[in-house]
Amino acid sequence: MIDLMQFTFMQRALVAASLTGAVCALIGVFVVFRGMSFIGAGISHASFGGVALGFVLNINPLYTAIGFCVLVAWLIGWVTEIGRLREDAAVGIFFASTMAMGVLLVSLIKGYQIDLFGYIFGNVLAISRNDLIAMAVLALLVFLVIFFFYKEFLLLTFDAEMAAVTGLPVKWLNFLMLTLMAFTIVLSIKAVGIVLVSALLVIPAASAVQLTAHFKKAIIYAVFIGVVSCWSGLFLSAFLNIASGATIVLTATAVFFICTFLSPQRRKMRRRIGTLVKTQNS
Amino acid sequence: MTTPVIDLQNVSVAYQDKIVLQDITLSVSPGAFLGILGPNGSGKTTLLRTMLGLTDPFDGTVRVFGKEPKKLKRLREKIGYVPQQSHIDLTFPIQVKDVVLLGRAYKMGLGKRPHNQDREAVEEALELVHMTDFADEQFGRLSGGQRQRVLIARALALQPDLLMLDEPTAALDVGAAESFYEWLHNTHKNLGLTLVLVTHDVGVVSRYVTAIACLNKRLVAHGLPENVLTEEGLQAMYGCDAVFFHHGKVPHLVVSTRDPEKT
Ligand SMILES: Nc1ncnc2c1ncn2[C@@H]1O[C@H](COP(=O)(O)OP(=O)(O)OP(=O)(O)O)[C@@H](O)[C@H]1O
Ligand SMILES: [Mg+2]
Repeated sequence: MIDLMQFTFMQRALVAASLTGAVCALIGVFVVFRGMSFIGAGISHASFGGVALGFVLNINPLYTAIGFCVLVAWLIGWVTEIGRLREDAAVGIFFASTMAMGVLLVSLIKGYQIDLFGYIFGNVLAISRNDLIAMAVLALLVFLVIFFFYKEFLLLTFDAEMAAVTGLPVKWLNFLMLTLMAFTIVLSIKAVGIVLVSALLVIPAASAVQLTAHFKKAIIYAVFIGVVSCWSGLFLSAFLNIASGATIVLTATAVFFICTFLSPQRRKMRRRIGTLVKTQNS
Repeated sequence: MTTPVIDLQNVSVAYQDKIVLQDITLSVSPGAFLGILGPNGSGKTTLLRTMLGLTDPFDGTVRVFGKEPKKLKRLREKIGYVPQQSHIDLTFPIQVKDVVLLGRAYKMGLGKRPHNQDREAVEEALELVHMTDFADEQFGRLSGGQRQRVLIARALALQPDLLMLDEPTAALDVGAAESFYEWLHNTHKNLGLTLVLVTHDVGVVSRYVTAIACLNKRLVAHGLPENVLTEEGLQAMYGCDAVFFHHGKVPHLVVSTRDPEKT
């Protein structure tokens, strides 16, 4: 009986890890080349406010985090759009204020801190059936939208000015991309945690572009790397009883160095990724 | 009179509080080939960006195909643009043929995949700029001139009615520039498309264009090449302080300054 329980548990974790790895990597390729990784870090930290809200209201924190992250993503987009603030300043403001809000909310509740840790640092083994359904729905939405608007997002990422000149609804696509980032981040926090999810957006994508000069192939490689990293993180954390989020991110980082090593001619790219990883860690 | 393809009335543009274009009135009729001349920083690129709706004027009206640039909608399919500088990331993993194909992203329709006609247009455009052999190369690994040719092909792949080119030959070698202008001239003649060309090459301008606009924050001169491209005309734009110009049927009072800052 206990074995069976563990079996379904493990299955659920495996599906969750696959979804997380695949969707983060998919969006990540666009995020890296649009230079949006700092926004990713901003939205993921903002999710803390959303999760805390769920704890206070006694709703599944993933549900509240979805609404909250989408809202914050749109606010960042809107403040930048009206040109009052540079994007990084806008991210900085929402980053800190939503974290503060989360801390404030958490201080109102007593006793549930253990669960909260699972959101902050990720615990892929503690995913409920409802969590998994929410994750699958979000993942499906992200996949479908990217599939449908692939060339639009590609042009927006490659040359935003030309996207506007040719007549693409650039503003609209930007907000769509921010929404997809919010979805991706929320569906990933259970597995990798709020603190580390933005790393998973960047690292598989950064690794993949070491290996190919082809955008579609980069996406495929990134998804592969993302999924493999998440699986190894899952198994290592299950059998060695170590934190899943950290294991996943460290595995992905190891893969990144292997890919960089495999591609010695791409020095320029490496420098670029270097600065990206630095902004991630700061 | 037919509606002009581009019509600017008293257009003024500023970046923050710095006025870059002042009181520009200019129209381009269908099938015209307008050359825009002017010293560095005179606002040529800004003028094109204003026509494309990428920069908003604080005064005056801009009409392209009779519409505000922001409301062109599907008419955008008819406009090709080759920017002077592009902010393209050279590490971007994309092949030349896909760069050109993406020029047609909007024309293909939202969420639609490329059809055969799209791929054919790409091949044709690459052929025109002699870049067929590089179709599968990574864009960022080309030389500057080759990249510029690809960006020209990207604009051509739209088969535009209005083509705006911002110093398109700046990075081309002499042979390539020569054959490009040759091609441009022929296309203009054969297809009757409307051309707007920013260039520093007065020779090209005098040979091929049907109208000239000399810019130095204000429109220093505007009219037929033989009227504008006089010694005084060029001096006016790049040098002395005030000159009168008469051209076409309407005499224009033209004021120019060496330094656009000082007006
Ligand atoms: N994004 C911007 N922000 C602020 N000022 C700008 C911006 N772009 C251009 N300018 C200023 O506007 C003026 C006109 O610039 P523009 O690029 O239109 O000149 P140009 O005629 O195309 O010059 P060039 O021959 O060098 O291409 C310049 O003085 C420039 O400093
Ligand atoms: Mg210019």
